[in-house]
Amino acid sequence: MSAVLARLRALLGTAGVERDADGLPRATPDTTDGVAEVCRLAYEEGWKVRLEGQGTWLPADAPADLALSTRGLDQVVSVSPADLVATVQAGAPLEAVRRRLANDGMWLAIDPPGRPERSIGSLVATATSGPLRLGFGPVRDHILGCAVATGDGRVVRAGGRVVKNVAGYDLTKLQVGGFGGFGVITELNVRLRALPRADATHTARGTRDALTSAARDLTAAGVAPAALELLSPALAAESDWILAARFTGTDVAVHAGVRTLSAANDLAWHALPVDRTAAFWGLTARAALGGPVTIRLGVLADGLDDTLDLVAHHLDEGLISAGAAGGMLRWTGDATVDHLRALRRTTATREIPMTVERAPWPVRHATGHFGAYREGVAILVNRLRDTFDPRENFRVALEGEVADGA
Amino acid sequence: MTPALVAELGRIVGPRWVRHRRAELATFAMDGLPTRESYPGVVVLPGTRGELIAIVRALAAARVPFVARGAGTGLSGGAVADSDAVLITLTRLTRILSIDPVRRRAVLEPGVVNARLSDAVLPFGLAYVPDPSSQTACTVGGNVAENAGGPHCLKYGVTTNHVVALEVVLPEGDVVRLGSHAGEPWGPDLVGLFVGSEGMFGIATEITVRLEPIPASVRTLLADFASVRQAGEAVSAIIASGIVPAALEMMDRACVAAVEASIYAAGYPTDAAAVLLVEVDGERDAVDGEAAAVETILRSHGARDVRSAATAFDRARLWQGRKKAFGAMGRIAPDLAVQDAVVPRSALPRVLEQIGEISDRYQLTVSNVFHAGDGNLHPNISFDRRDHELAGRVHDASREIMEVCVAAGGTITGEHGVGSDKRDYMPLVFDAATLQAMCAVRHVFDPYTRANPSKVFPQHTCREWRAAGVA
Repeated sequence: MSAVLARLRALLGTAGVERDADGLPRATPDTTDGVAEVCRLAYEEGWKVRLEGQGTWLPADAPADLALSTRGLDQVVSVSPADLVATVQAGAPLEAVRRRLANDGMWLAIDPPGRPERSIGSLVATATSGPLRLGFGPVRDHILGCAVATGDGRVVRAGGRVVKNVAGYDLTKLQVGGFGGFGVITELNVRLRALPRADATHTARGTRDALTSAARDLTAAGVAPAALELLSPALAAESDWILAARFTGTDVAVHAGVRTLSAANDLAWHALPVDRTAAFWGLTARAALGGPVTIRLGVLADGLDDTLDLVAHHLDEGLISAGAAGGMLRWTGDATVDHLRALRRTTATREIPMTVERAPWPVRHATGHFGAYREGVAILVNRLRDTFDPRENFRVALEGEVADGA
Repeated sequence: MTPALVAELGRIVGPRWVRHRRAELATFAMDGLPTRESYPGVVVLPGTRGELIAIVRALAAARVPFVARGAGTGLSGGAVADSDAVLITLTRLTRILSIDPVRRRAVLEPGVVNARLSDAVLPFGLAYVPDPSSQTACTVGGNVAENAGGPHCLKYGVTTNHVVALEVVLPEGDVVRLGSHAGEPWGPDLVGLFVGSEGMFGIATEITVRLEPIPASVRTLLADFASVRQAGEAVSAIIASGIVPAALEMMDRACVAAVEASIYAAGYPTDAAAVLLVEVDGERDAVDGEAAAVETILRSHGARDVRSAATAFDRARLWQGRKKAFGAMGRIAPDLAVQDAVVPRSALPRVLEQIGEISDRYQLTVSNVFHAGDGNLHPNISFDRRDHELAGRVHDASREIMEVCVAAGGTITGEHGVGSDKRDYMPLVFDAATLQAMCAVRHVFDPYTRANPSKVFPQHTCREWRAAGVA
């Protein structure tokens, strides 16, 4: 262990290496090249590497010879309001990015689960979108390009800084939601939007079935909020299920949206006071840390009731946040490997993919973030993995223990 | 091409759907790029998914390269094949397999024409949003291969944002299903990786797309300016206001003149240096308010006149000139080099001046029509390809235009693809390691590089990266 520490110090200097709580050497390079050099060294020495950001999302528990953290890469490199694009280092905490962008009247329209100090790199590597996915798309839609250090220490610069770009293959898509299996993201070019002039959230309460049914009616009536999120009683800390509709944009657009909301159904909607809106959505995001395991399921609105039943049956009806107009359901709680596998087997037959977003290493090592792939896909993913991390230095469990078939 | 292979293809699709005489191949020797002509060895037109898969498997067994082609409207020379390759034309695979208005999804074969899909979902109050100018001819399969854009991609995104799932036959003949109806990847985002791979990762046999509700209200505004710079500044001001128009298009004087002199005349003011088309959509009240705000911005940035259209008929008239601009330019000269590049929006006025300087220096006629909202330029050079000296100047000027766009922080193509036209510009935007990584990813899907060979990458780039996982 001390040999690893000494080699890393020789490479990065004493300021670039520390020990984590368990005494494991943790490299914190502050440049993309520095990250690549650490990867190269680990590749040559055969060391296993645990990837970390700010350490607030995935537990730092993958067994490894060293940890490689992006927390030294915490700068907002540039913000171009006129071009609606920013370049941000991967370890930058989201809250710091948010504040910096707001200074320029800009906004990154992603509201991921977890803590505000979560690194932007972790958000992208895990593709953990939040309720705003409905109005602004999943994480992939916001990322214009990225720099990545591969397992053998090369630097690949995918995409660019413009909103339309079809030069070459879209390698950025592989990194978004790749959980680090295809490299360490060191820098990101993100698509910005003008900070909305108006931002209104309305909530209604009721039984689960009443709210999912109302949500389907809203969608059919053409109501198009930026978010329409169904929150379980435990997650909302309320006695009932909550349906929260968020409208963002110009004043006229938000007022028009709110009017359609009340006109389209007979739920009793309550406007959230403006000063409580950020806190409401912040609490919703943090609720995903309320248990050791977080999963997401890709589910459409017409399959939501059935999927909620499945989750309740195999896991529990605890901390759930779901796009009521379709897209994604997120569950957080405590779950065994067997229960997760059973749920994944069941949802797979319904064409619903299940991703383990967050879990202690023994669980995610067994289940994998993705589990078994569909026919013919495993060979592609394994070759991609072999391309970007040829000796599997990165301790990332994409597929899990496949022998169990889930 | 061996007679045995031609016979084998004939057994799969029926002899009438295999073309191998030179006269028959002429139709397939070019796509929308006028400077690249190449006769394929054989053309085969499968009529079913099963035939398509059987063809790919037969070619895998025979180790013969192939090129997939839709309507052949691509502008980068991506859908042409050399004589040692089979051109698989997908225009018979035109079935829309399902439309689910509640889920807002459609499943279709790759040969479905873009506009036909939108027509088919219109009765449900839905639209397939990506709308390339060639939408009345181009196929969705081709859109997937190129990650096609269009004017309405400013607000709604390009093809990759609308494709949720694919069934793909890989070059070695395996069939895989990628993505899910909900749009959530199944494992890594291989749908995202496949879209825009220019036919080099395999052929999409089934495409599942997201449909969008048709907005309750749409307003189109047309403003004309005395200078391109003023128009460019108006674009920036609209974006900065927080309004996201559904489309924001600009045409310069040369383009307007060409349109107005053609049968597509839309009543654009021919003395304007630049014309802006702005479309806002959404709830009726919101559209009224945002259209008023846009008009104020346009006028305060020097618009001489602002016309507004709310009815479908009037909007179509304002749009006609823009959608048919490429056709209108056909009157000026026999050939048109439709260029495609992207620059940061803020660099638009400066880059347009540089393009004007380049076209003057090479004594070329360049008209600009472009998606101003996202900085996607289309400088179009009129020429006659039979004039080799002129064609040489077009080539050199095109390269300089690309260099200017890249130097401004942009890229060499925003929606037309690299194909065979822009291979040599790839090192302008990507370093060696990144190009090699792309080549390595191509090997993942196509270990023997038989799918659309010798496109996208300059020949020498693909040697270095260890061909991972490939014997």
